[in-house]
Amino acid sequence: MVENNTIPFNGTPEQHEKLMAAIEKYKGTKGALIPVLHEAQEIYGYLPIEVQKTIAEGINVPLSEIYGVVTFYTQFVTQPKGEYRFAVCLGTACYVKGAGAIIDRIKERIGVEVGTCSADGKCSLDATRCIGACGLAPVLTVNDDVYGKLTLDDVDAILDKYLK
Amino acid sequence: MDVKSVKLKINNIDVTVPEGTTILEAARTVNIDIPTLCFLKDTNEIGACRMCVVEVKGARTLQAACVYPVSEGMEVLTNTKAVRESRKVTLELILSNHEKKCLSCVRSQNCELQKMAIDLGIDDIRFEGENPHYTVDNKSASIVRDQNKCILCRRCVSVCKNVQTVSVIDAVGRGINTVVGCAFEKSLSDTPCINCGQCIIVCPVGALREKDDTDRVWEAISDPTKHVVVQTAPAVRVALGEEFGMPIGTRVTGKMVTALKLMGFDGVFDTDTAADFTIMEEGTELLQRLESGENLPLITSCSPGWVKFCEHNFPDFLDNLSTAKSPHEMFGALMKSYYAKKMGLKSEDIFVVSVMPCTAKKFEAARPELAGNGVADVDAVVTTREIAKMIKQAGVDFINLPDSEFDAPFGEASGAAVIFGATGGVMEAALRTVADILSGEDLQAIDYTQVRGTEGIKEATIEIAGKKVRIAVASGMANARKLLESVRSGEKQYEFIEIMGCPGGCVNGGGQPIVDAKTHMNIDVAKTRAAAIYDEDKAMTFRKSHKNPIINKIYEEFLGEPCGPLSHKLLHTHYTERANY
Repeated sequence: MVENNTIPFNGTPEQHEKLMAAIEKYKGTKGALIPVLHEAQEIYGYLPIEVQKTIAEGINVPLSEIYGVVTFYTQFVTQPKGEYRFAVCLGTACYVKGAGAIIDRIKERIGVEVGTCSADGKCSLDATRCIGACGLAPVLTVNDDVYGKLTLDDVDAILDKYLK
Repeated sequence: MDVKSVKLKINNIDVTVPEGTTILEAARTVNIDIPTLCFLKDTNEIGACRMCVVEVKGARTLQAACVYPVSEGMEVLTNTKAVRESRKVTLELILSNHEKKCLSCVRSQNCELQKMAIDLGIDDIRFEGENPHYTVDNKSASIVRDQNKCILCRRCVSVCKNVQTVSVIDAVGRGINTVVGCAFEKSLSDTPCINCGQCIIVCPVGALREKDDTDRVWEAISDPTKHVVVQTAPAVRVALGEEFGMPIGTRVTGKMVTALKLMGFDGVFDTDTAADFTIMEEGTELLQRLESGENLPLITSCSPGWVKFCEHNFPDFLDNLSTAKSPHEMFGALMKSYYAKKMGLKSEDIFVVSVMPCTAKKFEAARPELAGNGVADVDAVVTTREIAKMIKQAGVDFINLPDSEFDAPFGEASGAAVIFGATGGVMEAALRTVADILSGEDLQAIDYTQVRGTEGIKEATIEIAGKKVRIAVASGMANARKLLESVRSGEKQYEFIEIMGCPGGCVNGGGQPIVDAKTHMNIDVAKTRAAAIYDEDKAMTFRKSHKNPIINKIYEEFLGEPCGPLSHKLLHTHYTERANY
């Protein structure tokens, strides 16, 4: 289980308004939780306790149940994403081509665990399922940039670029 | 409406059962045992653990008997090679990830997993699981959660969510990483948990237990500077025997008192005496509110699980709660004032132990609202299970003990106080006194059967001295929620409501002896224990609180009058709204 982050919640009134609109849209309908969670994550980028509490009160579902759903589906995250979103593909092809060592190196360099974000909000790290670029294995993406056929030296050079 | 009968064969035995019966229940009618782990009648019927698999002719795979309804002509086999092997592998896999510290487990010898391992003849566990080490959550004043022992049966989740609508625990994570936990890995103490302990009494293993306070009590007993007094709640005396192998519903009041005296307590008293005070105070409060029309309905506040539930979920009803403290708290307050004075003791040298059927009483005792001049009314609360453990530690041969009487002055109690232990009991006790006062008579018809029984919600309109009083009784928080929502919306009106935190009342409290799932299929535990409570009531000399001579003596000598200034200081309190998370 990923430890919960210590980055303070920075929701804006606009985001809150949007969330309340989403809650209003689904309130009272059966199976409201998942679509509300989707919209909430779209609005905030992640689902911290503050957001989940608002949803719990809004659609009258216990917080423990919401948290259970959020932690069940990998598409929902409770950690914010960084300004630079490092994502290493751990699909089969990437994995056999050494993605494990790559992810370890990134962890070490940026000092965060998989699924978490650095305290300054700069870098987050994720392990993804196959992203469909097996010909480029092993693959790292940073936001919308794709880096393929990586060696550990390449990784260091890429990290230097972002961490400077 | 007639329920259709269904004929089927189980292990080639003809069985006829009503439509809708499960294979598990049908098999039990012909003395065929199908092992279960996650199943708990009426509470958790989800077919998750796969221990109860059977062969159903025509079905492609083995089926879970606990959720599979019977059908006409069905042929079921419960003891084939495939069934035995499947159950064994399932159990071995569950055991592979279980912390097998049975010798030091609170549930040893009363563990459904341990019993199943014996019954299925597990002599070796072939698989070594991940066995991750989880931090034990022991921050709550009442409940300890030890995920290392959890088998993910979800009985606790179900009782917390469906029976209590408290919903502070759920399955978190996925696959091998699944745990039962609170949102955001919080401690139970940081959630709206009401400490009722229903999760403990449904847990098949040792993953949930009460916070153990027995060491603190032993320490006080061996401290020569402490005068240690103990009080026992009504529901304890009809359940304690179970811990020593006696049948459910056995009354062991006399043996319990003897055992406590042998253990070295300086005074062995009855919480029921204090319950009579609660009735005097709460009854007077009801009369006053009926007169003034303010803060009606009056709602009882003896149940600390219910009180915390109210603080979290129904803060708009806090002014409706009776300000009378719960009986054991009144007892503590009187011990540290009246009794201290009488015995020439300093209040801080008196150590008050409460033996309760309840885990929430542990939390209640630690409330700052319930400490006069910074001295807690009650110093330690132990459950029925904990006192049984202490009796065993003391080497007392409980079963063969002679009976003894509670000590004076808190030894005499009325039948009205005894029935506090069952749902409807506090209401009935209050009505016995209020009816006498309003009518100015010594009424003989005092069995208010309308409020008895284990139904979740009971309502009645009672006429007392020409006055109509609308009453309602709820036990279990789902029922309380339903009842109060109907009051909140204006759909229902009452003058007096009794609410108890646990379904069936204190007899089924979270601190009571744990009854396994198989027994629950055959016996209504709350009802059987409650029947013993009402027997105890019938056997009492005085059956109304205001007829208890001790009560009248203490009011005369010390307190003055019910709801008077001193009573208010010692015997009343007020609760405040709490945030959820």
